Amino acid sequence: MDYVTPTTAMEASKALAQDGAFALAGGTDLLVKLKTKFVSPSVIVDIKQVPKIMSIENSTDGWWIGAAVPCAEISEHESLRQDWPGLVESLSLIGSTQIQGRATLGGNLCNASPAADSVPALIAAYGTCIISGQSGDREEPIENIVTSPGVTVLEKGEFILGFKLPKPESGTGDAYLRLIPRSEMDIAIVGAGTSVSVDKDKKITSIRVALGAIAPTQIILDGLEDLFIGKEPNENSINKLISIAESACRPIKDKRGTVEYRTKIAGVLAKRTLTIAYKRAINH
Amino acid sequence: MNDMTQTNLERALKIVGSRPARPDGVDKVTGRALFGADKSLPNMLVGRVLRSPYAHAKIISIDTSKAEKLEGVKAIITSADFEDFPSEFVPNGEMVVNMKDITRNVMAREKVLYVGHTLAAVAATDEDVAEKALALIDVKYDVLPHVLEVEDAEKSDAPLLHDDMITIGVEPMPTSASNVAKRVEFGLGDVEKGFSEADLIVEREFTTQQVHQGYIEPHACLASVSEDGQAELWCTTQGPFVVRNFCSKLLGFNAAQIRVTASEIGGGFGGKTVVYLEPLALALSRKSCRPVKMEMNRAEVFTSSGPTSGAKIWVKIGVKNNGKITAGDCVLKYQAGAFQGAPVGPGAMCAFAPYDLKNVRAVGFDIVVNRPKVAAYRAPGGPISEYGVESVIDEIAMKIGMDPIDLRLKNAAKEGTVAPYGPKLGPIGMIETLEAAKSHPHYSAPLGANQARGVASGFWFNIGGETSSSITINEDGTVGLTLGTPDIGGSRASMAMMASEELGVPMELIKPIIGDTNSLGFNFLTGGSRATFSTGTTVVESTREAIEELKKRAALLWEVSLDQVEWVDGHARLISGNEPKTMSLAQIAKQAGKTGGPIMANCSMNVTGAGPSLGTHIVDVEVDEETGQVSIVRYTAIQDAGKAIHPAYVEGQMQGGAVQGIGWALNEEYIYNDKGELENTGFLDYRIPVCSDVPMIDTVIVEVPNPNHPYGVRGVGETPIIPPLAAISNAVSRATNKRFDELPLSPPKVLAKLMHG
Ligand SMILES: Cc1cc2nc3c(=O)[nH]c(=O)nc-3n(C[C@H](O)[C@H](O)[C@H](O)COP(=O)(O)OP(=O)(O)OC[C@H]3O[C@@H](n4cnc5c(N)ncnc54)[C@H](O)[C@@H]3O)c2cc1C
Repeated sequence: MDYVTPTTAMEASKALAQDGAFALAGGTDLLVKLKTKFVSPSVIVDIKQVPKIMSIENSTDGWWIGAAVPCAEISEHESLRQDWPGLVESLSLIGSTQIQGRATLGGNLCNASPAADSVPALIAAYGTCIISGQSGDREEPIENIVTSPGVTVLEKGEFILGFKLPKPESGTGDAYLRLIPRSEMDIAIVGAGTSVSVDKDKKITSIRVALGAIAPTQIILDGLEDLFIGKEPNENSINKLISIAESACRPIKDKRGTVEYRTKIAGVLAKRTLTIAYKRAINH
Repeated sequence: MNDMTQTNLERALKIVGSRPARPDGVDKVTGRALFGADKSLPNMLVGRVLRSPYAHAKIISIDTSKAEKLEGVKAIITSADFEDFPSEFVPNGEMVVNMKDITRNVMAREKVLYVGHTLAAVAATDEDVAEKALALIDVKYDVLPHVLEVEDAEKSDAPLLHDDMITIGVEPMPTSASNVAKRVEFGLGDVEKGFSEADLIVEREFTTQQVHQGYIEPHACLASVSEDGQAELWCTTQGPFVVRNFCSKLLGFNAAQIRVTASEIGGGFGGKTVVYLEPLALALSRKSCRPVKMEMNRAEVFTSSGPTSGAKIWVKIGVKNNGKITAGDCVLKYQAGAFQGAPVGPGAMCAFAPYDLKNVRAVGFDIVVNRPKVAAYRAPGGPISEYGVESVIDEIAMKIGMDPIDLRLKNAAKEGTVAPYGPKLGPIGMIETLEAAKSHPHYSAPLGANQARGVASGFWFNIGGETSSSITINEDGTVGLTLGTPDIGGSRASMAMMASEELGVPMELIKPIIGDTNSLGFNFLTGGSRATFSTGTTVVESTREAIEELKKRAALLWEVSLDQVEWVDGHARLISGNEPKTMSLAQIAKQAGKTGGPIMANCSMNVTGAGPSLGTHIVDVEVDEETGQVSIVRYTAIQDAGKAIHPAYVEGQMQGGAVQGIGWALNEEYIYNDKGELENTGFLDYRIPVCSDVPMIDTVIVEVPNPNHPYGVRGVGETPIIPPLAAISNAVSRATNKRFDELPLSPPKVLAKLMHG
C-alpha cells in the first residue's frame, strides 16, 4: 500500500485515478475500514495539502469551506456559526471531541452513509460542492452526490475540493437534530436539517427540510412550499409536515430502529427542526 | 473470630475507613501497567481462532492439510488435540461447570452450537499468515435448525442442542431429551394459602435480553510450553488458580507443570472466570514449542465469550391493604447459552430475599439455546429475578397508594428472618438502607416536567471460599503482601490498609502484589464479592501471626518472656519494667538474622461467613413521550458495605454497578438475525452507557458490620447492579402511567409501548 501527499489538485486527481486509490481526509471512516479489512487500498492519497482544501473563507458570494477542514475548526468559526448555526450544530454532533479534531465535511459526504450528520444540514442550507478532476472543476448541489449507501457520483480521479454555502439573507434560520439511543458516540436513527427564511411579517418565504437515515440517501421533502410559503407555521401546516415526513420515509429495519420507529421520529424531528429554524429566522 | 471483631470495632481505626491513593495507581495512569495483551516473548507466534459461521450444525469434517502447508504456519489444533471428558459437575464460584461441556465450548467436537463457536486454532509467524491459514481450513457442516429464545427452546418440537439432555429436578424423570437442563425450586410456607389471604394480587410477565459484561480489555494471553512440558501462562483473569486447574485438566498437565500469572485486568465482572484462549494457546505452544500469544477482538468477545442470560419471568405477589405481603411466587426461565449452567439457581434464591415472607416460592429453569454459553456477570442471576419482583412491588405500592419505600420497610428482611432459600439471616442492612434512602434529600426533591422517581432494592449473598496469602517483614522494616485474588476493584489498597492498621506501619511501606500460582496455596477466583472479605480475612490473620513473631523477637532481644511484650502502633513495648521500653518494627526486622531468621507468615483457609449486602437505589428519569427517549436525571445508590475499608473504592463499586445496571435497563441487548448471527458485535451498536448518558451517581454507604470479618466487611461488588433495572423501569412506568415489563427500555421499545400500550 502506497501513501502519497499531492500538493496540487491536478496531482491529487492523477493519484486518485489509479486503481484502488482512496482519498484520505481525517481518516475517521477510512482508517476504521482499513483496520477491519473492509477496504484494502493500493494507494492512499492524503488530500490535505491541496490548496484551498483546508481553508474557510467568507466573501460576498457566500461561504467557502474546504473539504478537509476538521469539524472542530469549523465549529470554532464564530461568523459561520452566526450564519448557519444548524450546520455547525450538525457537525459538532459527529463522534466526540477527538473525532471532530480529524473528521471533515468531505469525508462525511463521500463516506456516503445515509446517517451522515452534516449532510442533511448542508442540503438544507442549499449547499453545493466543488468537484476537482483531471479535466477541471465542476459544481454540484450536495443532494446530487450520494446515489446509494457507500456510492457517490464521483468519477475516477475526482474528489471534493470544498463546499459553497450562500450568504443567508436576513430573516434566515436553520437547525439540525438527530435521534440517537445514547447521548453521544452513536449513529443517527433519523437526522433532520431544516432552513427557513421569513419576511418582515414573519411569513415564510422559503423552506427546505432534508432528512437522513430514513432512506438509502438523504431526501428533501416535497410539497412544503404550498403549505408554508406566505404564512406563519401553524398547527395544521405542522401536522401536514409531519405526515409528509412520515410518508417520505423508506427506511430499512435494522439493529438501530424499526421501520415504524424511524418513520415516527422523522415526523417528530421535522417538526422540531422547523420550530427551531423558524424561531432563529424571525430573530435573525 | 467474633471476639476479634469486637476488639477491632471498639478500637479507633486509623487507616481503615480512610481514602489513601491506591498502590497500583501510578502504573495505571502512566500506562506502565501490563494487561493481558501487553507481554511478548522472543520467537513468539500469533494464535488465531477459526469460528463457526453457523448457529447450529453438525461437523462432518475439518481438513487442515492445506493450512498446514502454508509457509509460516507452526501449529494447528482442533478437538482432536483435546481429551474428552465424561459429564461431571464442579462448582466454580457462583456457577457450576461441567468438564464435558467446557472442553466442547473451548473447542467444538460433534457440533457447533453458536455462531462464533471455536472449531480450530492456528499459530503462525504473524497475524496475516494466521488469518490466511484459517481461510484454508476446510470444514464441512450439516447445518441444523437453531433456536434462540427460551420460549421456543422449551417446545417439544424444538431443535435439540444435546440429544442426551434429560431435565434434572422434575418428578417423574422425563423419558426424552429436551433443551431444559434443570428445574430448581426454593421456598417456604404455602403460597396458595398466602394468596387466599391477600386483598390484592398482582401478577405479570417480564422479558430481559442477553447482555454482556462489556469489560474494555478483550481476553488475551501468552503461553510458553517448553520441550519438557513446563508451561508458563500469562493472562487476564479473575482467577489464575482456576485457570491453572481448568487448563491442566483440559490438556493433561499436572498442576505443578503450569505456572499462571495474572496480568493487570481491564475489567472482568464475572466474564473472566472461565477459559477460552488459554487452553488453545497452551496447546498451540506445546505443539510448536514456541511461545504463542492470542487476543480476541471485540467482535469475538461479544460472540464467543460469556455474556449473561436473557430471560422470561413471571411474578405474582399478594398483599393485604396495609401493605403486608401474604405470598410471593415466581417462575424464571433463563437462557444458558449453548451449554447448561444459567445462573437461575441464585436468581431463584435471591428473587424475594430482601423480604421477610412466610409463603414464598421461586421456580427456575435452565434452558440451552444457540447462543454463547453464559458466564458469571456481577450477581449472576440476581438482577433478572429481582427486576421482576421489584417491579411488581412498585406496581402494588401504586395500587394500594403506599409509598414504595414504606411498602418495602413493612416487609423488610432482618436479622433472624428465614430467607426464602432456607437459612436464617444474620445481621443485614435492608431496613437501614431503606431508611437511609427515605431520609436522603433526593427522595423528597421536586421533580420537573415529564420526570418521575423510581426505587428498587437488591439482595446478594456474597461468598468466601479457599484463600491463601502471605506477609513478609523486610529487613528495612517495609512489608510485602502476596495475594492470590486478582485486584479488579482496588483490593490491593484495601489489603495494604488492613495490614497497615494491624501492624501500625504506614501504608506506603507496604507493597501488595498478586502472586502467581506457584507462590501461594490455592485461591479461588476474585468473584462473589469475596476478595476484600476472604483475602482480607487471611491478611489480617497472617499479619497478626507476624506481629506475634515480631513480639517473640523483641522478647528475645530484651531477654524477657513473651507475655511481657505488647504490640502498639508499630512497636513492641515492654509491659512491665521501670522505664517504658519500645522497639520499632524496623529495629526488630534489622536484627531478624540473629533472632531466628526472616520474618514471614501466611494464612490459608476456607473462609466462611460472608454477609449478604443489601442496596436500595433511587432514580429520577425524564421521558420524551414523542421519541421514547429516557434520560437519567438523578441517581442515588445506597448500600450496606458492612465496613468500607476504602470508602472511595466501595463507592466506585456502587457507581460502576449502577452504571452497568443503567446500561442493562436502557439500551444493552444482544440482537440476533434470523440466521442466529449476532448483529451488534461492537460498542457502536451494543450500547453500554457513555459518560454523558449518566449523571454523577451519588452514593451512601451504610455500615451494618458482618460479625464474621475482623473489620465487619461484607463484600460490595455485585449488589449495586441489581436495583437499577427495576428502579429505572419503575420510574419510567410512573412517568408515563404505563407499566413497563420488558428490557431494555430503548427509545423504539418505549415509544412502541406509549403508542400501542
Ligand atoms: C468513533 C466514531 C464516531 C463517529 N460518529 C459519527 C457521527 O456521530 N456522525 C457522523 O455523521 N459520522 C460519525 N463518524 C464517521 C466519521 O467520523 C465521519 O463520517 C467523518 O465526517 C468522516 O470524515 P473524515 O475526514 O475522517 O473521512 P475519511 O475517513 O478521511 O474519508 C471517508 C471516505 O470519504 C473519502 N473522502 C474523504 N474526503 C474526500 C474528498 N474530499 N473527496 C472525495 N472523497 C473523500 C475517503 O476516501 C473515504 O472513502 C464517526 C466515526 C467514528 C470513528
